[in-house]
Amino acid sequence: MRPLAWAYLAAAYAFIFLPVVVLVAFSFQDGRLPVPPLKGLTLDWYAKVLADRAVRAALWNSVVVAVLTSLVALVLGFLAAHALARVRLPGSAALRVLLIAPMTVSYLIIALGLLAVFNAAGIRPSLVTAGIGHVVINLPLCFAICFAAMGDQQKAAERAARDLGASEARVLWLVSAPMLAPALAAAFFLSLTFSWDEFIIAFLLTRFDVTLPVEIWSMLRSGLSPAINAVGALVFLVSAAAVMLAELLLARRRA
Amino acid sequence: MSLSAREARLGWGLLAPALAWTFAFFVLPFAAMVALSFARMEGRTIVPAADPGNYLRILTEPAMRGALVNSLEITLVVTLVSAVLAYPLAAIIAFRVPRRWQRLALLAAVLPFWTSYVVRSYAWLLVLGQNGIVNRLLTGLNIVAEPLEIASTRAATIIGFVHFFVMLLTLTIYASLVQLPPSYARAAADLGAGRWATFRHVILPLTLPGVVTGAFLTFVLCIGDYITPQILGGNTELTLPQLIMLQLGRSGNFPLASALSVVLMIVVSLAYAASARWLRLDRI
Amino acid sequence: MTAGLTIEGVSQRFGATEVLHDVSLAIAAGEFVVLLGPSGCGKTTLLNLIAGFAEPSRGRILIGGRDMAGIPPRDRPTTTVFQDYALFPHMTLGDNVAFGLRMRGVGRAERRARAAAMLELVGLAGRDGARPHELSGGQRQRVALARALAVEPEVLLLDEPLGALDLKLRRAMQEELKAIQRRVGTTFVHVTHDQEEAMAIADRVVVMNAGRIEDEGPPRQVYLRPRTLFSAGFMGEVNRIPLDGGLSPLGALVPGNGTLCLRPEAIGTEGPVALGPARVVEAAFFGTHVRARFAPLAAPAMQLVVYLPQTALPEPGAVMDLFARDPVILP
Repeated sequence: MRPLAWAYLAAAYAFIFLPVVVLVAFSFQDGRLPVPPLKGLTLDWYAKVLADRAVRAALWNSVVVAVLTSLVALVLGFLAAHALARVRLPGSAALRVLLIAPMTVSYLIIALGLLAVFNAAGIRPSLVTAGIGHVVINLPLCFAICFAAMGDQQKAAERAARDLGASEARVLWLVSAPMLAPALAAAFFLSLTFSWDEFIIAFLLTRFDVTLPVEIWSMLRSGLSPAINAVGALVFLVSAAAVMLAELLLARRRA
Repeated sequence: MSLSAREARLGWGLLAPALAWTFAFFVLPFAAMVALSFARMEGRTIVPAADPGNYLRILTEPAMRGALVNSLEITLVVTLVSAVLAYPLAAIIAFRVPRRWQRLALLAAVLPFWTSYVVRSYAWLLVLGQNGIVNRLLTGLNIVAEPLEIASTRAATIIGFVHFFVMLLTLTIYASLVQLPPSYARAAADLGAGRWATFRHVILPLTLPGVVTGAFLTFVLCIGDYITPQILGGNTELTLPQLIMLQLGRSGNFPLASALSVVLMIVVSLAYAASARWLRLDRI
Repeated sequence: MTAGLTIEGVSQRFGATEVLHDVSLAIAAGEFVVLLGPSGCGKTTLLNLIAGFAEPSRGRILIGGRDMAGIPPRDRPTTTVFQDYALFPHMTLGDNVAFGLRMRGVGRAERRARAAAMLELVGLAGRDGARPHELSGGQRQRVALARALAVEPEVLLLDEPLGALDLKLRRAMQEELKAIQRRVGTTFVHVTHDQEEAMAIADRVVVMNAGRIEDEGPPRQVYLRPRTLFSAGFMGEVNRIPLDGGLSPLGALVPGNGTLCLRPEAIGTEGPVALGPARVVEAAFFGTHVRARFAPLAAPAMQLVVYLPQTALPEPGAVMDLFARDPVILP
């Protein structure tokens, strides 16, 4: 590889990893501020963060919301994709556009709309309302992935199953879902990622019980602290490890 | 019931939950928001009306116009810079890195995606702050006498955005590059084209739709983002999302916030119309 | 422009496998040579080596007497018609055909004129403004040919260009290719696995198998006087009768040792070599001939494939006396 290419690659990686390196490095700061110089190394901040009730609660909330909303989005999206792929309904094209539309709208606007409606209906902000918002943003994604994955081979298998006497529910459960497993898994994990990291909808639609990004935000209000570095580093570590694991599993499968 | 009627009923039945959800929690709120944008504020209560006052305010008040212009400028700069920086990176990974290491190289280029978005912007605050790495380096090497004010400026917002979108665009452009059948580049070489000519005449034009798609995505996400400008931008020149949140928070001015949101949507729609010719949203 | 091509002792290794083994071939300027063989025989690899997409592990390739070692494809006097045509989808046909000229710095007006002339040569006159996706497979193939010929290469390489076309179209294109080659006089090296195609268009057929050249010569020679058993079997159906000191399971046929090869159309009711009586096992009408399988009475386990005239359609079980001509004995 030519030297210019190497140099550009190195510079690009340096730029991309700079904030992460700073984040992780100063999470070990033996001092009050996460800025240079790096005085000593300590795990105190990690201990503090892991012991923090609010952080633990927010973490748990994030996990629950992410898993539940991704499941709901997946089921709804999968059924809708199956319906549109299988049956020729009037206005299919328009319906597809409608189902995908929320992907094109800024999350802030989705949150605003939901807030207006919930306020008018007297529904208070909570994890449930935030969860509803997360399903709204993940449903189009799950639908699109499932729809794109539906192919002729799987349609033929479904037809064979029906021909052998299976009810629609059984066809879905025993034939369609297993055949589409990779797409379903991809949609689920992508939704998990989006929900897990989502801020603005969670911020506007929760009050007392919050998700992790919102909790981090309020930590930020109190100023710079290595505690935030520690939380960030933990989130990064866990997510990155999950991704590398998934990548390794996929790579082994492919080989 | 005839077979096709039964099929149709089944289809609608499976479709219904998703449709209902989309309708109840997307279409309805959206319509409510648009309706709200024409409402008035009297004290702290919202009065339904058909008043275009909010829109007039947006078009005339300097603070509001300023926010719109600011958002547009930042977004356009971010989109351009990110695309220009990401393309070579994607190209190097796609064409120069040995096949075995490509996936790893790509993964490494986007790994910081997995820091929380909020935390990522916070990390840039650390890097660009008065006491941050950059300033320490500059003062330490005596390039400047006093620490520069980089954080809490528009430049910091742009840097923060570019960092994120370079990763995103590298992904989308890489996907576009590897989809290109290698026989095109071969044919070009066979006919006498050097590396640069092959890139200019064959690779670039054929991957442009992928670039435009990524750029459009960048535009939409960037112009609608609240977090990065709020953390890195300081409080002097606001962006549109910041203005929206301000109206919501301080005075509970839903109507104005809604109107601002509608304006945001219009800008995004215009961007879509401008790039629709090259857009291949189904290929993301 | 045209030039001769010499391949000297070329071997090619991919990892542990040797794909080409000590291949040598001399091609005269203006010749239409066909590299013929089954998948994996190395014919496409050899073509890639000539084009410069790979360098041989051993040996040399000379074009017009010049050693091509270390010279990249863009600087070689060769162009290739790829199997998937590789037409640039974002350019018009005119721009596609003119691409090579543009790379050589030819001015716009002249480029346009030459491209138009090339498109006319391949039968697509006036379609300069169309795009590849508007064309059928056969038309795209012609544009690929025009594009490759536009730069007037010394050697034109064709990598199974007719594979994607249906039979009728393929036959028509074979004739056109031959006619165009005669007109422009460029050396053509054409790769295919279809022996009929090879015979239809080649001045010389080179039969390859497992990285080596098995046989080569004008179509007539390779078909009627094959040099190896593989070549005999690949060029068409052939009956193989073991021969030991002139004796075979069917009795004394012709003097010699080895395998006696007889083409099905060379067996019939008259001829210098008497094969004896044989029973009809099966006979089917194939349009231009009747393909019949015989079991000789002297060796009932042996099966002889015979092409009889259209008019003869013997019943299974009938017994006929068979005679053969043009025997070839191979070791």
